Amino acid sequence: MKDMIPSDVSKSGTTIRHKYYNGFERTLIFTDIETSFPEGNLIVSRTDIDGNIIGCNKAFCDMSGFTKEELIGQPHCILRHPDMPAAAFKDLWNTVEQGKHWHGYVKNLRKDGGYYWVYATVIPNVREGKRIGFSSIRRQPSRVKIQEHIALYKKMKAQEA
Amino acid sequence: MSFFFTVSPDFSPLHISDWFLVNTWLQRNTGEQIHLELFDDFESQRKVIEEKKVDLIYSNPYDAAILVRKHGFKAVARPRDLTDEAIIAVAASSPITKVEDLKPQTRIATTDDPNVHMMAMILIEPADLSKANTVITIRDSYMRVAQDVIGGIADVGFFLKSTYDDLSDIVKKQLRPITTSRIYMVHHALLVGNNMIPLKEKLQQTLVKMSADPEGKSALEALSFSGWDLLEQEDVEFMIDLMDTLVEKE
Ligand SMILES: Cc1cc2nc3c(=O)[nH]c(=O)nc-3n(C[C@H](O)[C@H](O)[C@H](O)COP(=O)(O)O)c2cc1C
Repeated sequence: MKDMIPSDVSKSGTTIRHKYYNGFERTLIFTDIETSFPEGNLIVSRTDIDGNIIGCNKAFCDMSGFTKEELIGQPHCILRHPDMPAAAFKDLWNTVEQGKHWHGYVKNLRKDGGYYWVYATVIPNVREGKRIGFSSIRRQPSRVKIQEHIALYKKMKAQEA
Repeated sequence: MSFFFTVSPDFSPLHISDWFLVNTWLQRNTGEQIHLELFDDFESQRKVIEEKKVDLIYSNPYDAAILVRKHGFKAVARPRDLTDEAIIAVAASSPITKVEDLKPQTRIATTDDPNVHMMAMILIEPADLSKANTVITIRDSYMRVAQDVIGGIADVGFFLKSTYDDLSDIVKKQLRPITTSRIYMVHHALLVGNNMIPLKEKLQQTLVKMSADPEGKSALEALSFSGWDLLEQEDVEFMIDLMDTLVEKE
C-alpha cells in the first residue's frame, strides 16, 4: 500500500502516520467530506484466503475512489479509516476465522481522503467444505445507526489510546 | 426416460405458453424427452424439489441456494443481461416520496416470493425498518399487492421489477416507485439435478445457440430474454453467498 498523497485529496485534510495491525506504517490524509451510500446498491468485494482483494463491483470502485486495477491484490485495510477502533476489526477477523458471518457498521476511507459509512457483512466463502476466501457485502446504514456508531467508536478509540 | 423441467413460479401468467415453447425447442434441439411442469406457488414447487423429482429448473436466486447447496444442482446458464431487482411503490397520491419518509408500523403488501421480499426489506433498512416494526401482509399475486397499495390498505408494495414493468399502464398510473434495487449480481439460473448432470454440456452448447436460431429466438423474445449465457458453478456459488448475507437480518 502506497502513502496517500495531497494531490489525490480533494481538500486539505489531516495528515497522520498510521500503524496497521501487522506493524506496517502508511501516511493517511483524511477530510470531513462524506460520500453518501448509493441508494439501492450493494458494495461487494471478495478476497483470496490471505485477504487480498481478487474482485469487486462497480459500487466498490465508485465509493472507494480507486480503480479496480488499483484494488486487485491489495488488502482491505487500504480502506481503513483512523476513526475506526481496532477492536471492531479484531472481532471481524475472529468471527470469520471461526467460519461465521460478521455484521457491523464501518467508516471507510476513500482515496480522496473523504469517508463513507456502510453496514457490512463479512463471510468466509466455503466450497465443498473448504474455505477458499472471504467476501464482504455492504449495504446502506440508517442515519440513526451511523450516529450511534460515531459515539460508540469514539468511546472505543479513547479506551484503546 | 423423460426429464422433469420446472420454472420458478415468479413468472407472469402471461408467459405460461412461452415456457412451453422453450421446452419444445429444447427437446427438438437436444433430442431429449423433457416434461415441463409449472407451479402456481413456491410451496408446491418446493415439495417436488424435496421429493427429488426435478432434473432441470429455471430457478430464482433464493431457491438456487437450496438446490445447489442441499441437492447438488449444477449451473447451466443464465438469461443474458437480466438481473433480479426489487421495486418499492406507493400510491400515486401518497405523501411518501423516499424510503426515509417511511415510519415504524408502515403497512407493507408483499408476495411469497422470498427473493423479492428479501431484497425489498434491505431497501427499507435505511429507514430503520425491519419485520419487527412493520406490518407485513402476504398476497398471492403482484396484482393484489398493487390493489392493496392503490386502495390504501397498504402504504407500500414490494414488486419484482420485471413484473412491475409488466403491470398495465392503468395500474402503473396509480402507483409511484420510491426506490429500486441496483444489485445487478442476483439473477435467475438454469440448473440441473443429479440425473441430468451428464447432459450439462450438451444443454449448454444447445442453449448458447438458441438466440441464433429463428425459432429459438422468437421463444426467447416472448420471455424478453435476449439469449442464454453460460453459467460457471462458481458464479452461482458466489451469488448464493451474497444472498446468504442478505437473509440473516430480515
Ligand atoms: C472480506 C473482507 C472485507 C473487509 N472490508 C473492509 C473494509 O471495507 N474496510 C476496512 O477498513 N476493513 C475491512 N476489512 C478488514 C481489514 O482486513 C482490516 O482488518 C482492517 O482494515 C483493519 O486494518 P488492520 O487490521 O491492518 O489495522 C475487511 C476484511 C475482510 C476479510
